[in-house]
Amino acid sequence: MSDAIDRPNAPGSDSPATRKPVSTGSEWTFELIRQYDEEIAKCAAEFGLDTYPNQVEVISAEQMMDAYSSVGMPVGYNHWSFGKQFLSTSKGYQRGQMGLAYEIVINSNPCIAYLMEENTLPMQALVIAHACYGHNSFFKGNYLFRTWTDASAIIDYLVFARHYVSECEERHGVDAVEQILDSCHALMNHGVDRYKRPAPISAAKEVLRQAEREEYLQRRVNDLWRTIPKMDEDEDPITRKKRYPEEPQENLLYFIEKNAPLLETWQREIIRIVRKLAQYFYPQRQTQVMNEGWATFWHYTLLNRMYEKGLVTDGFMLEFLQSHTAVVYQPPFNSPWYSGINPYTLGFSIFTDLRRICEAPTDEDREWFPDIAGTDWVKTLHFAMANFKDESFIQQFLSPKVMRDLKLFAVEDDDQEDSYKVTAIHDEPGYRELREKLARQYNLSHREPNIQVWNVDVRGDRSLMLRHVPVNRVPLGKDTEEVLRHAHRLWGFDVHLESVDEGTVVDEYHCPHPPPLTS
Amino acid sequence: MGMTHIVDRRLNGKNKSAVNRERFLRRYRHHIKKAVSDAVHRRSITDIERGESISIPSRDIDEPVFHHGQGGHREMVHPGNQEFVTGDRLPKPEGGEGQGQGQGQASPDGEGMDEFAFQITQEEFLNFLFDDLELPNLVRKKLKDTEAFNYVRSGFSTQGVPAKLDVVRSLRGAHARRLGLGGARKKKIRELEAQLAELKSATADLDAAFSHEDQVKALEDEIARLKANVKRIPFIDEIDLRYRQHLKQPKPATSAVMFCLMDVSGSMTQMHKDTAKRFFILLYLFLKKNYKKIDVVFIRHHTSAKEVDEEEFFYSRETGGTIVSSALKLMHKIIESRYSPAEWNIYAAQASDGDNWNDDSPVCGKLLTDSILPLVQYYAYVEITPQDHQMLWYEYERVQEQFPGSFAQQQIAEPSEIYPVFRRLFERKAA
Repeated sequence: MSDAIDRPNAPGSDSPATRKPVSTGSEWTFELIRQYDEEIAKCAAEFGLDTYPNQVEVISAEQMMDAYSSVGMPVGYNHWSFGKQFLSTSKGYQRGQMGLAYEIVINSNPCIAYLMEENTLPMQALVIAHACYGHNSFFKGNYLFRTWTDASAIIDYLVFARHYVSECEERHGVDAVEQILDSCHALMNHGVDRYKRPAPISAAKEVLRQAEREEYLQRRVNDLWRTIPKMDEDEDPITRKKRYPEEPQENLLYFIEKNAPLLETWQREIIRIVRKLAQYFYPQRQTQVMNEGWATFWHYTLLNRMYEKGLVTDGFMLEFLQSHTAVVYQPPFNSPWYSGINPYTLGFSIFTDLRRICEAPTDEDREWFPDIAGTDWVKTLHFAMANFKDESFIQQFLSPKVMRDLKLFAVEDDDQEDSYKVTAIHDEPGYRELREKLARQYNLSHREPNIQVWNVDVRGDRSLMLRHVPVNRVPLGKDTEEVLRHAHRLWGFDVHLESVDEGTVVDEYHCPHPPPLTS
Repeated sequence: MGMTHIVDRRLNGKNKSAVNRERFLRRYRHHIKKAVSDAVHRRSITDIERGESISIPSRDIDEPVFHHGQGGHREMVHPGNQEFVTGDRLPKPEGGEGQGQGQGQASPDGEGMDEFAFQITQEEFLNFLFDDLELPNLVRKKLKDTEAFNYVRSGFSTQGVPAKLDVVRSLRGAHARRLGLGGARKKKIRELEAQLAELKSATADLDAAFSHEDQVKALEDEIARLKANVKRIPFIDEIDLRYRQHLKQPKPATSAVMFCLMDVSGSMTQMHKDTAKRFFILLYLFLKKNYKKIDVVFIRHHTSAKEVDEEEFFYSRETGGTIVSSALKLMHKIIESRYSPAEWNIYAAQASDGDNWNDDSPVCGKLLTDSILPLVQYYAYVEITPQDHQMLWYEYERVQEQFPGSFAQQQIAEPSEIYPVFRRLFERKAA
């Protein structure tokens, strides 16, 4: 990471004459953690980082594994899939494969970050800078998080969810609850509103409203299914034009929660819980590169600032830089360790380069980023953090220099061709194309198949019709039948799924029965 | 910029994932059971008592989601270009598994992804190993058919045999009775004696008209009468006697003993012996795991039988001919001397290659039917031989006809059958 080392405020560039390090050993104490946090906070304030209050929790390695396995939720309902996660995490940890434990920070107010007791003091400082000031300011500043999540309510909601699920287990049995959760998890990625802003989560209201909901929900569902015949021009199922829902619905879980005919109220409530959690995690899935890049950029910048101020020793910096380098390492595509682009590397590189463009622009930068080159870097970085998600962030800020440094290239894989084709590389004619292709790669709706609720046979067999719209002829994967079984469990009647490419049905899936043949 | 709170959570519970982990094991118990039973076949005798690494096919535990499949047209950006230029064509690898997948675990033939492996503890291993097994016919001996009693002291009674006389209690009662009966009179005697002494000392002053002699005489008579009365109170009376009382209390008999009988004669090859030992080790672990209080008696035999300890049973070698009945006789002797069937649930497992001195087999059959089987809850015989059965097996078949509920025999031809046979012998029978 040579580009990272020869930064202006890197260690050794201007060693201050008077060093008064906060500490010299590598053992941490609570007092030292507090002192480091204070100093890091001062540095963060210099750069205008705006954060939620922090809650730093010191935990053991086992507790960290627990936290890992519950997808970072400090409280979660019980489910076997978290147990599976736990087993593989603990195996990875025992074999020494587990990476740095500064991943866990919770988007809540106060922002909760975990420090592992085994870590040395420099590592604790790194985690504080990364999580408590990096991620934290991202949660507070980025528009997706501001719009879609409510940091002050999430913990309470999780507690509510946990209690509700365990109550259901007591009343209806572990197996019955597990089945519903399995099915909800299968559809979880399709249980979010991508465009419509959801009502903020509030645990208190949730509990209050839940009783009311139980009462009214069933009635509303029944409304849809009332059997009083209503003769109108729509009656003939073949010629009928009007569908229900009239517009395709992207949020499958929401649609099922509100419309599935046979679900009991507690089942609807569980669907609701899973879908709320999916919604909560949705911004994180769309901002991984930015979020990690931002946090990595700031731990790097803040700790270097500490060094400039003479607050940390050379030994501290060496240990810190070693970890940092490991985090931003990007194995090349032909390495056995390659598993796609490292979001830390990509995000860190873009933010770092953005600062360079502001501080020391070249002619190329002035041509590519006329609005940014030479501006105040702190403001520019904050603007970039606040107003974008991965896709648009890359599209906007990936510079030719970063593409060159990472040696990016695009490969086309067409099942109608015998070979792969390199379509763009890190050169003058390729930059724009490459940037567009990489940005598209981070578009969630491009990464996940586009599947929506198309129609319900309201007057007939009550079957649910889903519609998949393929992009570039990419078909659905092998899990599709299985997911459909889960959808069928929730819906209670036949579920069909059609892949419709430009008006023609290219593929169909059914659970459990194919539809009756109609002309 | 807010304040930072630093909290020490290390003392909060760990194992927050214990429930989720348990849910996972519960969900995949069938897979795990199978892996455990496979593991038993692989393991050597000595290391059965540890945890196990379990592998489950990943596809069985996948959580399905809608994702992109193979095919179509797609483009991916990769880092680390070395020599490619725009327009280069690269050959596709066999199988079409591409670099160009959207995301998710869409690798249908990706290596290393096929198995989900994890560790279970020794405790869990044994739980899965012995799940659904139990000692058949285990009886908690009920009151009515209990023949073993404990005598417990339960106070005193006024009746009993002289041997149970409680001397202290009886004398204490007698003393109390004597005080009760004699006290008032003794007091009266003391008063009268005082009057008498007064009369005698005042003789001179008294009027001659009133002779004291009568009065003295009367007092003396009265005192003598009272004294005689007191004297008639017996030192000890029949009603004073107290006997220690004992109550016969039925003894709950859930204690069990397992007899392990193994043939170690020359005809047993090392392979046979290993198989037999592994069978017994399974049995031993099963007993130790499930029954807190259980005695195990190890008997090994060739032409003569010997009771040995665990160590010798499993690890020392012998050669010689075979007389199975010697072991049965020893077992019967041990039952008679140490394990009254009234108190003990008695089990026996016998392993042999089926080879026996021919004249001895009918003896064995007779010993079993006449003396042993009426005493034991369950007798299991495993014959370790890939070959045809010999006399002993056929003899035992007749035994089984007579005692279908408490006698079972199975054949083990190769080591992989040990665990299935073991399960068959100790399967929990539907009640």
